[in-house]
Amino acid sequence: MAALECRGVTKVWGESTDREVVALQDIDLVVGRGEFVVVIGPSGCGKSTLLKLLAGLETPTAGRLLHGGQVISGPEVDRSLIFQQPSLYPWLSALDNVAFGLKLRGVPRAERHRQAEEFLRQVGLREFARKHPHELSGGMQQRVAIARALCVGADTLLMDEPFAALDVQTRYQMQAFLLDIWHGTGKTAVFVTHHIDEAVYLADRVVVLTARPGRVLDSVSIDMPRPRSVVGEAFERYRALLVERLRAEVARAFQEQELVEMLDTRIK
Amino acid sequence: MIEGLQAQPAAAPALPATTASRARARSSARIRGVVVAGVWWVLSIGLVVVAWEAAAALHLIDPVILPPPHEFIGEIRNQAQFLMPAVGVERTGANFVALTAIVASVQRVLIGLFLAFVAGVLTGSVAFSFAIVRKLTLPTVTLLAPIAPVAWIPLAIVAFGVGDWSAIFVVFVGIYFTLTLATVKAMTNVDPVYVDAARVLGARRGQIMRHVVLPAAIPALFDLVRMNLFGAWMGVLAAEMVGVNTGLGAIVMVGRSMMNMNLTFLGMAMIGLVGYLLDAAFGLVQRRVLWWRRATEL
Repeated sequence: MAALECRGVTKVWGESTDREVVALQDIDLVVGRGEFVVVIGPSGCGKSTLLKLLAGLETPTAGRLLHGGQVISGPEVDRSLIFQQPSLYPWLSALDNVAFGLKLRGVPRAERHRQAEEFLRQVGLREFARKHPHELSGGMQQRVAIARALCVGADTLLMDEPFAALDVQTRYQMQAFLLDIWHGTGKTAVFVTHHIDEAVYLADRVVVLTARPGRVLDSVSIDMPRPRSVVGEAFERYRALLVERLRAEVARAFQEQELVEMLDTRIK
Repeated sequence: MIEGLQAQPAAAPALPATTASRARARSSARIRGVVVAGVWWVLSIGLVVVAWEAAAALHLIDPVILPPPHEFIGEIRNQAQFLMPAVGVERTGANFVALTAIVASVQRVLIGLFLAFVAGVLTGSVAFSFAIVRKLTLPTVTLLAPIAPVAWIPLAIVAFGVGDWSAIFVVFVGIYFTLTLATVKAMTNVDPVYVDAARVLGARRGQIMRHVVLPAAIPALFDLVRMNLFGAWMGVLAAEMVGVNTGLGAIVMVGRSMMNMNLTFLGMAMIGLVGYLLDAAFGLVQRRVLWWRRATEL
């Protein structure tokens, strides 16, 4: 059963202006229920755009996006997006941040705090309920953001490089932590990253996008038992495969970029 | 083993051993900081006062035009004279006339600022939310904003007479337009990720405005009100000098017209002190209300 489907999705930014950019072209992608899909690709390939489309924050220029068989026409609480940059509200405590979605729905204060506290406990931050975002570390902030998404009852987590700003140690912890959450709840996850190690460690399946305009270049199932070890022959094999896939694309993107710049300077 | 235990007490004082002792050290450092700053204040003011008194004692300056501090501060005993031309507000016993004048001026500034803040944020929010309102109003508002509060005084006096509302109007109109513009700008500058996060969590337009855009924009608006505090203070005093004949501004002018510079200087000293205290109080409120910004921006 498909949780998310993209059918011939194309997204053009700044359409019919001179800054027109084709971010995504003709994307076909099916994400199964409970599947953990990681999307990788050269920078600027439209990975984030894809997530915004799935979240319903943007509308596609062409094609259709479906969630549970229903056409996505706007944001819904069952699909939550977790951002790369800090997105917690600095004027709210961790608890109130987690409870924010419930507040919007008109859940009474005591009840939403009770629920939010439960999710904070799940992400291991119950003692930090009264703290404010600036008092939390980057990793803690992202955990609160995950709790916030879970608290509104999202069955699909869309994550846009959520750990990119964290240091390597915290990053490893957060990856393991995310897998715990995902395992326990059977949620569908679409995770964007440019870290190949992260992709191999987390994914059921890695989708590789091409350089701009983003197309689906390949889809690689990671057939390794969990919990995975980041050292070992199997891990290295997948890693090498994805590196090889990406390297050609990055080189192409790079050349194209240089060409564009060359043309730009010539026009000037 | 025993050696290690014995070594402990000797090493302990060098390190901040407990959180309690660290907190104590921190607070005593803060007190020391305040005392040191206080000493510099006293020295700085004392230097001016001593120079002034010395110049007067040596007859280098004319005490009728520049009365030395001890003389014009002594003038506070003669508050009954404020009542004569009715510059004092109410007859509450001659010793508190200066206080009622202060209260009158401060009240006008605060009421004016409060009304301008509410009205400016409301107008700005509407202009931010509806493009048609924004496009219709902003050009006019942009032209009205640079008119200084003082420039509104003649209109205020003609329209509202010489009472409180004249002075309040000057403050209000002097910063209302600026604040409206600032509201639109602050709301436009709200990090889009805050808005996207709210949308993903199921927020509707009105909810985004109320729960995200408004609280995110408030700190910038508070800053602006504080920056305009002195402008508002000036506006009220000027209004009191030229028409509204009560309050601190009026006291200064009465001193001039009676050729009593003691009174003028006393008024000036009170204007300076009260203006400083107003700003300090604002800073305090700002830190209290916007405590979450302290760590990053304030």
